[in-house]
Amino acid sequence: MPRFLTMIRINEQELTTDTEFPPEFLQNMGAYMEEINKAGVMLDTAGLLHTPEGTRVNWSGGKISYTDGPFTETKEVVGGYSLIQCKDKAEAIEWTKRFLEIHPAEWNVSAEVREIEEM
Amino acid sequence: MSAAQAVEAVFRIESARIIAGVARIVRDVGIAEEIAQDALVAALEQWPESGVPDRPGAWLTATAKHRAIDLVRRKETYVRKLAEVGRTLEDAPPPAEPADPDDIDDDLLRLIFTSCHPVLATEGRIALTLRLMGGLTTQEIARAFLAAEPAVAQRIVRAKRTLAKAGVPFEVPYGADRDARLSSVLEVIYLIFNEGYSATAGDDLVRPALCEDALRLARVLAGLMPQEPEVHGLAALLEFQASRIATRTGPDGEPVLLADQNRARWNRMLIARGARALGHAGNGPYSVQAAIAGCHAAAVRYEDTDWPRIAALYARLVQLIPSPVVELNRAVAVSMAEGPEAALPLVDALAREPALRTYHLLPSVRGDLLERLGRPQEARAEFERAASLTRNAQERNLLLRRAARL
Repeated sequence: MPRFLTMIRINEQELTTDTEFPPEFLQNMGAYMEEINKAGVMLDTAGLLHTPEGTRVNWSGGKISYTDGPFTETKEVVGGYSLIQCKDKAEAIEWTKRFLEIHPAEWNVSAEVREIEEM
Repeated sequence: MSAAQAVEAVFRIESARIIAGVARIVRDVGIAEEIAQDALVAALEQWPESGVPDRPGAWLTATAKHRAIDLVRRKETYVRKLAEVGRTLEDAPPPAEPADPDDIDDDLLRLIFTSCHPVLATEGRIALTLRLMGGLTTQEIARAFLAAEPAVAQRIVRAKRTLAKAGVPFEVPYGADRDARLSSVLEVIYLIFNEGYSATAGDDLVRPALCEDALRLARVLAGLMPQEPEVHGLAALLEFQASRIATRTGPDGEPVLLADQNRARWNRMLIARGARALGHAGNGPYSVQAAIAGCHAAAVRYEDTDWPRIAALYARLVQLIPSPVVELNRAVAVSMAEGPEAALPLVDALAREPALRTYHLLPSVRGDLLERLGRPQEARAEFERAASLTRNAQERNLLLRRAARL
């Protein structure tokens, strides 16, 4: 059963740390999380602090350099991730679709579903 | 992704819950599964035309439940169907409103307790559980167990018929036999895992897909019965065992012993999940086995293994499930904790166990002890004997290689 890493990308200009989460959204998210956990599909998931808290460590030309957040040059940044295990990509996509449908209609959220290479 | 693929994905995600919900209405898992399949066929016909509904799972469940209630209402048909399987009609059907999540959980628990019912032969329990709870096709089950598809289909049909004939109620057992029934559920999941973990026959040493199916069942059960320590114990055991799967075989599928496994490749996430589950485990046999597996997982290098603790845990396990196989494992742990001379008498005492007469690991362990005691001639004979007893081609090659080295 393949595993999939889903990177949830958000626009930090739209979704700031002050963004209010509608109670209905939180309730639905809770129900979804319970469901996907109980299905034995969810292995790990978390949201990330916003990019001002982050640092990129780069290796280039044999040298290390650091870039502190916020990463303003990219409109969309990874705001969370999930690691799920299901039978095939179609199942992973279905769970991802359900996750996104919970969000308020005016938000822009994209979820990049990537299969993990099993070594 | 085609519409049909999307429909099938939804169905696979929902199928256990649909079957469980319908079974509560029709009180028969065989009929429930047929009705669930009917709902899938309806979806495959309608959705590509009308588009996938907003809540596809709810659509499938509602469709299946409507059919179930129809079936119950059309008593003549129902009675005939029941007569075919030798059941009598229960009274009015229960309502089929969308259940709240707790009800769905109850339905799923009923389903797993029913498919693992002791009235069924072990093979039937395994096949039915994988089919109904795991959502595997008959073909997938046959492939996993290296069995012919018609034989597996027959197993499933027979199991459904047995349940119907015996009038097994669709319920979660309470009271006196609850523990025994739970043990049966845990055992079925454990057996599925083990068949994948150390294939009893064939050319492959492991069939990881089967391990993953069992692991998922264990995780699902832990979600459904969070108050049962042994359920967490089983989940922890399987998470730990699964963390090593990738390293248990070499490039040519040959077995790699624990001492030689590349621990850098053990799956840390599964080990962490195992440790979390172990925190909720208890003192039962699966929990103790999980603690042993956790000890191995905690050792960054083989030399760091806490053998005295593992030997002590095996001593506890022997009291919980007295069996020659567990005693043999205890002997291995003792040999590592105290040396081969301390373990040889324990192994020799097992030589007279009828249950181990054809168990290849007994001569294999004895050969290992003799080799460490500097008795190569005797060791070689034991390895050769072990090789003649195993049904797994990869194991046999390993044992013959060990014999040839001496």
